[in-house]
Amino acid sequence: MFESLSAKFQGAFSSLRSKGRLKSGDIDEIATEIRSALLDSDVSLSVVESFILQLKSRTNEVLEDLNKSTNPANAVFEIVNSLLIEILGGSARRIRLAKKPPTVILLTGLQGAGKTSLAGKLAKYLKDQGNTPLLVASDLQRPNAVTQLQVVGESIGVPVFAPEPGNGVGDPVQVAKNGLTFAQDKLHNIVIVDTAGRLGIDAELMTQAKRIRDAISPDEVLYVVDAMVGQDAVRTAQAFQEGVGFDAIVLTKLDGDARGGAALSITQVTGKPIMFAATGEKVTDFDLFYPDRMASRILGLGDIQTLAEQTKGAFDSETAAKLETKFASGEDFTLDDFLAQLEAMKKMGSMTKLLGMLPGMNSGANSGAMKKQLEQFDEGELVKTQSIVQSMTPLERHDPKVLNGSRRSRIASGSGRQVSDVNSLVERFSQAQKVMKQMRTGKGGMQMPPGMPTMPTMPNMPKVSAPQNKKKSRSGNPAKRALES
Amino acid sequence: MAIFSKLFSKIRAGSSSPGDWEEIEEALIASDLGAKSAAEIVEIAKKSKVDQIDEAITASLQSWLSKNNREIAFNADRPTTVIIVGVNGTGKTTSTAKLVSYLKRENRSVLLAAADTFRAAAVEQLQTWGERLAVQVITGPANGDPASVAFDAVTKTKIEAIDYLIIDTAGRLHTKSDLMDELGKIRRVVEKVLPVDEVLLVVDATTGQNGIIQAKIFMESVAITGLILTKMDGSAKGGIALAIERETGVPIKFIGTGEGAEDLEVFSAEGYLSGLFR
Repeated sequence: MFESLSAKFQGAFSSLRSKGRLKSGDIDEIATEIRSALLDSDVSLSVVESFILQLKSRTNEVLEDLNKSTNPANAVFEIVNSLLIEILGGSARRIRLAKKPPTVILLTGLQGAGKTSLAGKLAKYLKDQGNTPLLVASDLQRPNAVTQLQVVGESIGVPVFAPEPGNGVGDPVQVAKNGLTFAQDKLHNIVIVDTAGRLGIDAELMTQAKRIRDAISPDEVLYVVDAMVGQDAVRTAQAFQEGVGFDAIVLTKLDGDARGGAALSITQVTGKPIMFAATGEKVTDFDLFYPDRMASRILGLGDIQTLAEQTKGAFDSETAAKLETKFASGEDFTLDDFLAQLEAMKKMGSMTKLLGMLPGMNSGANSGAMKKQLEQFDEGELVKTQSIVQSMTPLERHDPKVLNGSRRSRIASGSGRQVSDVNSLVERFSQAQKVMKQMRTGKGGMQMPPGMPTMPTMPNMPKVSAPQNKKKSRSGNPAKRALES
Repeated sequence: MAIFSKLFSKIRAGSSSPGDWEEIEEALIASDLGAKSAAEIVEIAKKSKVDQIDEAITASLQSWLSKNNREIAFNADRPTTVIIVGVNGTGKTTSTAKLVSYLKRENRSVLLAAADTFRAAAVEQLQTWGERLAVQVITGPANGDPASVAFDAVTKTKIEAIDYLIIDTAGRLHTKSDLMDELGKIRRVVEKVLPVDEVLLVVDATTGQNGIIQAKIFMESVAITGLILTKMDGSAKGGIALAIERETGVPIKFIGTGEGAEDLEVFSAEGYLSGLFR
């Protein structure tokens, strides 16, 4: 996400960095580059112009001081960063819960923005936090929107209030109202009302949305918007603001390569914060929106915070502690640990998405080769590797050296793979083991944070091309072996 | 997008301050044409004589538009196969229904394949349309293999010598390579029985510059033959259509202009261009 935008920013700044001392003309130059980067990213023109004006005035104000600092380009970078954070809404905002439950949330937006999917994701998110949400199917327009919500509700274990079949039959205002009463009776503490998509210029449907709003007086009206939307974003958002009014924005389809200009435009023009972002097709691909993190991502600084949080969530503390002690005490890294890591990786979600959060991943010199690798990364490989390890005996997992031909062929048939798959796993594993040892002995340049030792064992990574001294005898003593390698 | 005539009225009246030109460029950018094309149009206008601005711009726009055939394929001697693709939420299923309605009005027999087995209730959505339009819909199990649905449908189409087979597929972001591969598989499976005549990419008119990337990637992986531009009844100016044609050479074949089954128009390049200055 935001990839192209961040690549352009990086390009602009690298030319600025090469300058050293900055003149007013240099500022104009980078301002022009940023302007075109923002426009190509569908940030609306008025927002771009005001952004550029602010950037210029702030930078020129402090130009003298800037040049005294050791790295003026970085200081300009900081100004851009803080401007972006300001536009994106400052700090993250959460759902305001009503003093007297239920809290009523109304979803609005254009057709195809992803309201119904979002309703499910939001419900799941709130349910996981200990709430008891109810979904209300007030989209009676689109064929089978009601059924879609019912299927989604069932899959996440959230009840759906759907008295009307939809497909043009029934009164959405009445459904919303009855849904609210139903929730009060059944003691649901949150009600999420899904409504039909409508065009900003459709007066009739806009009035209907207003009537739904008046009937249920929601605590939060959320405007759902597709991250890929173009220059029309502002006009449509304004139409919704005037028509129904909304309290916050939800960005969907952020997992594409949308440059997300809409995010900047809509928050700037409506003054409303982005509250959530949906980043994938699964119901769990959904999180609070953090303006500072998003700004970092736009600027190609990566999103370490989110990465750290997801890692923490996936590794239960026990596993992490165990791995850490093992790591510190110099004990051997076994296939069992490897398996634990794979499972954690699967819990963390898509590898491509995770790696996209690393700094510099979307831009700069790495981007070409790295991106290609990311694209080719096969999530299925994880499952394959897992099945092979699971077909091994405890002894084999602990000491892969015992894996002779007959054991390997047994494992292959047990896991439904080829012997060559087993061979390549064993080879990759022994390389990973080596890397771990190097890191422990401080030979490797890269320092991995504890609890994150997954990277060097990433399946599918190109084979380490370091020459292998196969002839060298391998000592039975782990410490000695570590020194040898 | 009848913006041009109004745009240049000041210039025609003799004024040409930098502010006027800026205003024009802004209006062009606001139509999602893209910053580059907008600047080019302004340059062309600046260079030409005041009374020839319209002709000059029309000529260059003409050269940006695709030269390919805009009519939907039709084979007299065998069934015609159409696959509908696109990112999530652009209106694939609705466009599929509209296309069926259009073909029925042309007195063609149609079979529908619900190969969107992923989105909850997508199959039911298409079935509802099928009932309304009195067209048979081939379905498979939820979360089943979309290619197998396509295969069943194309086999039936061939046996029963139906005029058109239209395959509705699941929305997919063009960045998901595994999902793009799945589309390739659907195509290959259909080709085992009948050649694929059309792969239509459904693009939302409100899409920004990302639409160009979408079109390029879909073209690489499934060789799209045309575009259906949806939601043209909104406030979006749909400049992205011109931008996509310019960048990829893929022609727009239809535009969606409303929520009803008959709200689909055959795109006319001449009409589109002359409409700009009316």
